[in-house]
Amino acid sequence: MARRAARLAGYVLCGVLAAGAIALALSHRASIAAIPRPDPASFAKDLVERGAALARIGNCAVCHTQAGGALYAGGRALATPFGTIYGTNITPDEASGIGSWPKDAFARALREGVARDGTHLYPAFPYEHFNALADADIDALYAFLMTRPAVAQQAPANRLIPPLGFRPLLAGWKLLFLHRDAAPADRGAYLVQVLAHCGACHTPRNGLGAERRDRPFAGGWSEGWYAPPLDGSNPSHRAWSEDRIAGYLRTGFDSNHAAAAGPMGPVARSLSGAPDADIRAIAAYVAKWIRQAPDAPALDRREAAAQIQPAGATLFAGACAACHENGAPMMLQGRPPLSFGTPLHETTPRDAILIVLQGLAPPLGDSGPAMPAFGDTFDDRQLADLTAYLRARFSTQPAWSSLEREVAAARKEGNAP
Amino acid sequence: MTVTLNVNGRDHAIDGDPATPLLYVLRDDLALNGAKYGCGLGQCGACTVLVDDKPVFACVTPLATLAGRRVRTVEGLGNGKLQQAFATEQAAQCGYCIAGMIMRAQALLERNPSPSEAQIRAHMQPNLCRCGTHMRILRAVRRAAEAP
Ligand code: FES
Ligand code: FES
Repeated sequence: MARRAARLAGYVLCGVLAAGAIALALSHRASIAAIPRPDPASFAKDLVERGAALARIGNCAVCHTQAGGALYAGGRALATPFGTIYGTNITPDEASGIGSWPKDAFARALREGVARDGTHLYPAFPYEHFNALADADIDALYAFLMTRPAVAQQAPANRLIPPLGFRPLLAGWKLLFLHRDAAPADRGAYLVQVLAHCGACHTPRNGLGAERRDRPFAGGWSEGWYAPPLDGSNPSHRAWSEDRIAGYLRTGFDSNHAAAAGPMGPVARSLSGAPDADIRAIAAYVAKWIRQAPDAPALDRREAAAQIQPAGATLFAGACAACHENGAPMMLQGRPPLSFGTPLHETTPRDAILIVLQGLAPPLGDSGPAMPAFGDTFDDRQLADLTAYLRARFSTQPAWSSLEREVAAARKEGNAP
Repeated sequence: MTVTLNVNGRDHAIDGDPATPLLYVLRDDLALNGAKYGCGLGQCGACTVLVDDKPVFACVTPLATLAGRRVRTVEGLGNGKLQQAFATEQAAQCGYCIAGMIMRAQALLERNPSPSEAQIRAHMQPNLCRCGTHMRILRAVRRAAEAP
């Protein structure tokens, strides 16, 4: 379904942007002359350090590093509704990275989505946000990246739905959707809207893949995962206070919610190394947006759920209860009950299903709480029953429909972070 | 409830609570004691068996999920090159994790007879050896993969 819709959108895009293709001649971007890689010693140390902190908040490594690969050397596959895009090499290797890019080329890429050689970059690179980056921050990011070890590694070619491989179309896309925004004065607003580009996942996108500016933070999609709303419609059972948000961003976990899952896991890992003052500023700003609710006690409709979904109750007892049942050893260590996590209250079952299918990695890397993957334990019907039971037991939201199909789709579309 | 459980190619009629984890059925009802109880929480892999050729934690696999599926345990493996490789590398210390390790490795080698070092490590990652013989275990899997 999503694929067909995406294909349709592809052709719509083709039509709408035929005009863009004509505008191509007008919007052709010049190549900026290559330079030899700048001497790392030419950058002031404090500038590099500031850049390192900014890169943490900008989550650069998340998309520009592949699993087990060299930092910033690219190659990570990013699944989008329009096909697969690979994060590029942003180390200072002259041939395969950005070593030959002068600073104005780097700034143009961030703000306008144009590579040094003049080719247009896909909006998976969030220039929708970065266009409001402050000059001083671009300087610092440039200094930081140019002083990383150069790694020779060419990113694989993107695999996009035709005709989207034809990059000049992006000129038309930008005419329609790339706005020149002023940088917000408030530090938290600046970090959230611009550098950390939270809306890239948490804001819904239109059929052409542009963020909907009329619905900021209303919940979006990222690599097959649902990124819950950060606005008044956030469905969490417990309140998200400024302190809780800060702790969650810092550690990937909050005892009144849950562990960061899906693409948020790597984001939390990246933010864990960001300056405390910036994390506080981000938290203060998000707290202004997100729904405030009084703390409700854990929700547990055990008997009712077992009646509604007895098959799911059986599966829960055999597969989940050893950790998640009231009084289980894990629960006695202060882990949040399932009603505290956001997934079981979301409008879509996607996140809940993916967490069961793939399990959860420890929030901050090698050690810490982890959940095993159950993708090979349950078939689609069984996981549908289990998901229905979880929803009935731990949420007051209406039952999800078509769960068996949802499970099959989640198996296909959910990227492992 | 009665579930027909196919283990190592043989059907068994198991009469019991459908929520019972497979590990208990194997050990208590079928006297197949290869798979071990380590944590009971899907965290260590001592209980790993194959269900439809995929490694799963038997301690968190309810009997109810298994109708019509094929379970394989270390007892069904015979004495092949994988076990030989574990013996040659002296991969077992106390041995508690080994049946699980062998079953997880078996799943990999059936799917991919010549895995890379990175693939072996990623695949074996969920299983824990309390004695710390991971390096020998990895060597054993590599040896089995390279054996003719
Ligand atoms: S006993 Fe099953 S994973 Fe530890
Ligand atoms: S040999 Fe003792 S646990 Fe692995």
